[in-house]
Amino acid sequence: MSAPLLQVQGLGRSFGGLRAVDALSFDVAAGEIVGLLGPNGSGKTTALNLISGALLPDRGSVRLEGLELAGAPAHAIARAGIARTFQLVRVFERMTVRENVQAGLMYGRSDHRADPAELLVKVGLGGRDALPASQLTYIDQKRLELARALALQPRLLLLDEWLAGLNPSELVEGVALLHALRSTGVSMLLVEHVMDAIRSLCDRCVVMNAGVKIAEGTPVDVLSDRLVIQAYLGDEDEDVRCNDV
Amino acid sequence: MSAHKIFPGVAIVCAFVALGFAPALGNDYTTSLLITLLLYGVLATAWGLFCGPTGYISLATVAFVGVGAYTVAVLGEQLPWPLVLLVAAGLGALLSFLVGLVTLRLSGTYFVIFTFGLTELLRQLVNWYESTISGSVGRFVFVDASSSSFIYGQLLVLLALVLGLGWWLSRSRLGFALRLIGEDEQAARHCGIDTTRAKLIAFTGTSVFMALAGAIVAPRWTYIDPAIAFNTIVSFQVLIMALLGGLSRFWGPLLGVVPLVLLFETLIRHFPNHFSIVLGVVFLLIVYALPRGVLGWVLERRRLPESTR
Amino acid sequence: MTLFLDALLTGLTLGGMYALVALGLNLQYGVARILNLSYGEMLIAAAVLAYVLFGLQGLSPLVTLVLVLPLAALVGCAMYSLMLTPLVRRAPNRNALEADSLLGTFGLLFIVQGVMLVLVGGGYLSYSFLAEPVDVLGTTLAANRLLALGMAVVLGLAVWLLLTRTRVGTAIRAVSVDPVSAQLAAIDVTRLAMIAFALGTVLAMIAGVLLSMSMTFSATMGMVFTMKALIVIIMGGIGNMAGAVVAALMLGLVESFVATFIDPALTLAASYALFLLVLLLKPAGLFGKASR
Repeated sequence: MSAPLLQVQGLGRSFGGLRAVDALSFDVAAGEIVGLLGPNGSGKTTALNLISGALLPDRGSVRLEGLELAGAPAHAIARAGIARTFQLVRVFERMTVRENVQAGLMYGRSDHRADPAELLVKVGLGGRDALPASQLTYIDQKRLELARALALQPRLLLLDEWLAGLNPSELVEGVALLHALRSTGVSMLLVEHVMDAIRSLCDRCVVMNAGVKIAEGTPVDVLSDRLVIQAYLGDEDEDVRCNDV
Repeated sequence: MSAHKIFPGVAIVCAFVALGFAPALGNDYTTSLLITLLLYGVLATAWGLFCGPTGYISLATVAFVGVGAYTVAVLGEQLPWPLVLLVAAGLGALLSFLVGLVTLRLSGTYFVIFTFGLTELLRQLVNWYESTISGSVGRFVFVDASSSSFIYGQLLVLLALVLGLGWWLSRSRLGFALRLIGEDEQAARHCGIDTTRAKLIAFTGTSVFMALAGAIVAPRWTYIDPAIAFNTIVSFQVLIMALLGGLSRFWGPLLGVVPLVLLFETLIRHFPNHFSIVLGVVFLLIVYALPRGVLGWVLERRRLPESTR
Repeated sequence: MTLFLDALLTGLTLGGMYALVALGLNLQYGVARILNLSYGEMLIAAAVLAYVLFGLQGLSPLVTLVLVLPLAALVGCAMYSLMLTPLVRRAPNRNALEADSLLGTFGLLFIVQGVMLVLVGGGYLSYSFLAEPVDVLGTTLAANRLLALGMAVVLGLAVWLLLTRTRVGTAIRAVSVDPVSAQLAAIDVTRLAMIAFALGTVLAMIAGVLLSMSMTFSATMGMVFTMKALIVIIMGGIGNMAGAVVAALMLGLVESFVATFIDPALTLAASYALFLLVLLLKPAGLFGKASR
């Protein structure tokens, strides 16, 4: 059994007195799609930020194929093979669609450079090269951000609520796109809230609450875990006590 | 290569050659005016090459010009001229590298604030050094390189070089990285761009041009002191010129240089006391009416995209 | 020993002045998010006003101080609504607003400075008011300095009480910490920004009058004050009022000791050295931003 693609161990980060992420450990195997779940404020995006280098961890390790990345600056992590999208879409608005993808190409693998036109077709933006990114619709901007991330030819793709804000038909398209990507060998770590998408996309899930991991396993197992349900919906026992009265 | 791609290039070369003959054709006054135009042309273009794409606002232009000027004042009589220029360039690079190292890791706000006071700081430091250690605050500049046509010629070459740099940047990966930094620095980092390094290289590189310009024109003054060499108003003038011209293309600032140099020359001669007020009013006009400069306004009218190619 | 005490007292007076000035700029930058480079010009304008009124009418600067309060508030409100609201409206994000307001106030800097130069010229100005020496802890201090220090303390306390004990003050602090959440708490952020900006102008102009009483100044000194105020608020953490006061005192003391024991011409260099240290070690300020 080969070593996992991503190994997160004991990752921690505090802000003042608040422990946003505490002793987080999990793996992502090559070719896997792992879901990072949890209620709002559980530390999922912070964890993603720590892995991508947007934030510096206080302690712990993040290894990509054995290479230690914790504490490295974001650009080094991107070059090492981890690309990401952002919760609030961040495309380069005043630049064209093509230029946005070219931005990702700059530090992608040079031996087999991705083709921007191909990437745009892959995400569903084919033929829109010359449009300024600011003129795209929200979902198209998301697609563009994805294309830019893919241009880096990453080993691991971090998606921060990429499916958020999509209407049902867009959601179907989005999930299909991610499935298609997975079949080309891209491993992914998804922070998501959309439960259906999680069930259909994720091989495994890691659930966080208040900065710590509370469950790990297949979507089915994890979503029926009592602790997970408690985290999302509140304490059952309290409800029972209230009913007694 | 198609004809319409070669034409601008040929036209520019012809223009430069024609300009080369200008001192011989004009008189002392026109040559002096042309020198001022070239000087601000170099400074505004160099300023625009870093500050334009990145959106970082440097208020320290004249700090580097002053460094160049003082290099000539101190070493001008001891070293051959090319070496003096080399030292000036080196010192300009060193100063900008140190400033950049401290401030470019942080957001643009710190950069502006730090550069805001830098010139004043240098003025006071040099003043202190000259009065306590050198004994006299001013220095005489008696250098061989003081003929008007020589200064003019060097500035013309320098302008050609800085425009060449701008042209190269508009096609290079570094130039692209700078524009991405100006768009969204964090997203740029996640594309693998070492943003601090890119900014540092661009800032240092353009500052070298400013230091060289300062060194080249220093002989014109014959006498310099810290107040003359580190005159903060010059930084602001360069800023306005670049903003008036527009920063969407590397040659944009030049569009602002010509009208404003002429305006300032007129002001100094006829209304010297109101210089500051007019400077402020022009500034406000630009900020409120022409935020993207003349170039941006023209591009908008013709509905062309602002990003190059 | 007296030299040390001298430097200490001068440093505290200077620090007190810087604290007022920095509080004002903190209100403008930390709350209204305007990087006002013409801030120092307002200060000097008030100083020039006190000087002119004292010279022409024999008007005590204390009277000018009272006059300046409503005047400054008016100037601040006018500046915000006429000059800055169009910029606020057209800025797509905070960075763009900062860049625009920086440039706009830059232009204003030159206009105000230009007007003052035309009115009083570029030379050093001072007038004699309450210049009698007073004995303090074994050393002598000019009465006007003591008065300036006293007033700075009183006013500082007044501002402190305003910010912590009144509704407006609390709203101001809320906006400084998190403007989005403040809006959710039904705080009219735009109106408050203008109030904060005007209050900042008031503080600047009060500091200017106090300064004119005890120090020599010139029409072109505005920039140096703006610089120092910026240094102080960055050192204290942008938006952090208490931090600004502490940083101001530190700066005042450092400058005073450098002036007394090393060389008065190196005070700006000393401030910058301090600034550099903070930027290298704790860019978010010695006490960090006033936030979670």
